[in-house]
Amino acid sequence: MNPACASFLLALREPGAMAEFDARTWDCVVRLARACGLLGRLGAQAAGFHERLPPAVWRHLEAALTLAEQQRRAVHWELVQLSFDLEGIAGPVVLLKGAAYAAADLPPAAGRIFTDIDLLLPRAQMDATEAALMLGGWITSPHDAYDLRYYREWMHELPPMQHIRRQTWLDVHHNLLPESARRQTRPELILSASVPLPGFPRFRIPAPVDLVLHSATHLFHEGEWQHGLRDLADLDALLRAYGSEPAFWGRLLSRAAELNLGRPLYYALRYARRLLQTPIPEEAIANCPERPCSLSAAVMDVLFLPAFASAHAECRSVLSRPAAFALYVRSHWLRMPLHLLLPHLLRKAFKTEA
Amino acid sequence: MALTLGELSARDLRRHLARGLDLRTGPFRFLIRSRREEVARGLERLYPDFPLEVDGFRDFHIRIDAVAGPRRCYKPQCNFWHDEHAPFKPLPLDHAFPLLEWGMNWCIAGYAQHYLMLHAAVLERHGRAVILPGDPGAGKSTLTAALALSGWRLLSDEITLIDRVDGHIVPLARPISLKNQSIALIREAFPQAVIGDTALDTHKGSVAHLRPPPNSVARMSEKARPAHIVFPRWRAETTARLTRHSKADAFIHAATHGFNYSLQGRLGFELNAALIDACTCWDFEYSRLEEALAAFEELVA
Repeated sequence: MNPACASFLLALREPGAMAEFDARTWDCVVRLARACGLLGRLGAQAAGFHERLPPAVWRHLEAALTLAEQQRRAVHWELVQLSFDLEGIAGPVVLLKGAAYAAADLPPAAGRIFTDIDLLLPRAQMDATEAALMLGGWITSPHDAYDLRYYREWMHELPPMQHIRRQTWLDVHHNLLPESARRQTRPELILSASVPLPGFPRFRIPAPVDLVLHSATHLFHEGEWQHGLRDLADLDALLRAYGSEPAFWGRLLSRAAELNLGRPLYYALRYARRLLQTPIPEEAIANCPERPCSLSAAVMDVLFLPAFASAHAECRSVLSRPAAFALYVRSHWLRMPLHLLLPHLLRKAFKTEA
Repeated sequence: MALTLGELSARDLRRHLARGLDLRTGPFRFLIRSRREEVARGLERLYPDFPLEVDGFRDFHIRIDAVAGPRRCYKPQCNFWHDEHAPFKPLPLDHAFPLLEWGMNWCIAGYAQHYLMLHAAVLERHGRAVILPGDPGAGKSTLTAALALSGWRLLSDEITLIDRVDGHIVPLARPISLKNQSIALIREAFPQAVIGDTALDTHKGSVAHLRPPPNSVARMSEKARPAHIVFPRWRAETTARLTRHSKADAFIHAATHGFNYSLQGRLGFELNAALIDACTCWDFEYSRLEEALAAFEELVA
């Protein structure tokens, strides 16, 4: 690993080390952090001792914190608006990822930026929810008939919606993984275990173990690696916060088995510990359900480790781009069986020219 | 004393630029890379007084270069990169220098959230800064150029940076962007003005940049206290006239024409209110530059 990348990871793990960075190191670290979407997180971690950073550097971290703070306010306001739109919908409405962290002020929220609001609802409520949202001014982004069918038949979410005035993006999910995916989980268990969100009676957030499992599943099924490290940093923050309670780890493993998400959890624990030195008990990794054999773990190391470093030239190795591409292909492979995937990719390949 | 860009030989400038020219403008350092002659020539003519830095932390790593690909042979284009990211669509090659200027503005407007940023020109005389919010076509840049060429200190032509701690204005001292008729108008009124190449048919029409006065560049680390906000309007055959502009309206204008007013939240409101409180607000109609200059002189007398 090159020095810039090593310094960046060090800053994420041991914020105090930032006080010792020289200007040349910062010149790389700020760009890496920005490319990964982690500049605000560095800012939140350095806020307590910012007078020990070069002022020109702290300005950028402060700017990223200002943006994150504005997004936090915007999410709160958006949730107030959405509460009205979704008033008549029966059953739980669960916030996922960035919006859940921001609304509940969970550890990953500090300095975090995000681009959309993710909701999880029971599948039976999809039609009513979509109709209610349309009345509230949310419109489905323009897609052709094929894309709409792709979403509605095979995906785990409605086509993305955008508010006509406020421009906010909204993803409405009924599952964590596509309907057509090789791996299937049980979203109804996540919905029923969800907990109320203080201050927002219309919304709930997943239970702590489910927050971790969803974040892990998202990261290790994803084909876009630009924000891979950001998602790993989310996991790190969640695991550090919840992991201090000893009973947490046993619950996490049994929940992973119950939801059929053992493999993504294994990768999450492995790489969080490897890259961010997240304190994870040895037994948790040893007893992880669906632990891969050592050969396939080694193959995944060859793919995941360079892919985490693919966000910026300062940390890319020759392997990063091929690895990120291989994982992109893998994400499609996981998403759809071959008889659906091949026609889909052919269609996409010819459509871009249109 | 740091080396200035103008002290580099033509060859050294191009060599630096190919590897990365480390330029400071106000509080920001830009590492500019380009192999385009248009960019080298623009920097040579318009930025000679700016200091060069060596090593260390740069705020923005930017690049302007030709776009690769088959198009190169029949309709060559250039693009702007911030670090590894190209935020704009490619432009014709001869727009490379304005693209650099727009790219630098984009970097500041997009990332300098540690300032309150208004879309306005700002100049200073006798320690008092005058802010000119610009609706397009109001003649803001022409007026800014005329004032800068008549002894006013140029702080900025496009982005007014307000320090979040003391509410003072932070200079950039970068070149002024002149459009269409105002290029010839400034050339004629101020024969000594140094103006770069004119890029034709940009999305703003013809564009050429004016070299900022050396004294403004030399003082680009010196903040200024806001004193007036003037909404200029050019109108044919009128005599120059300053009339009071309502403070409430000026507040709303500054808030809605800011780059990041709402992003600053409560602090944005407070800074904006303090700015309007500190300033006298004016509407200004003019048709002739000499009259305009005299009216502005009176404003800070």
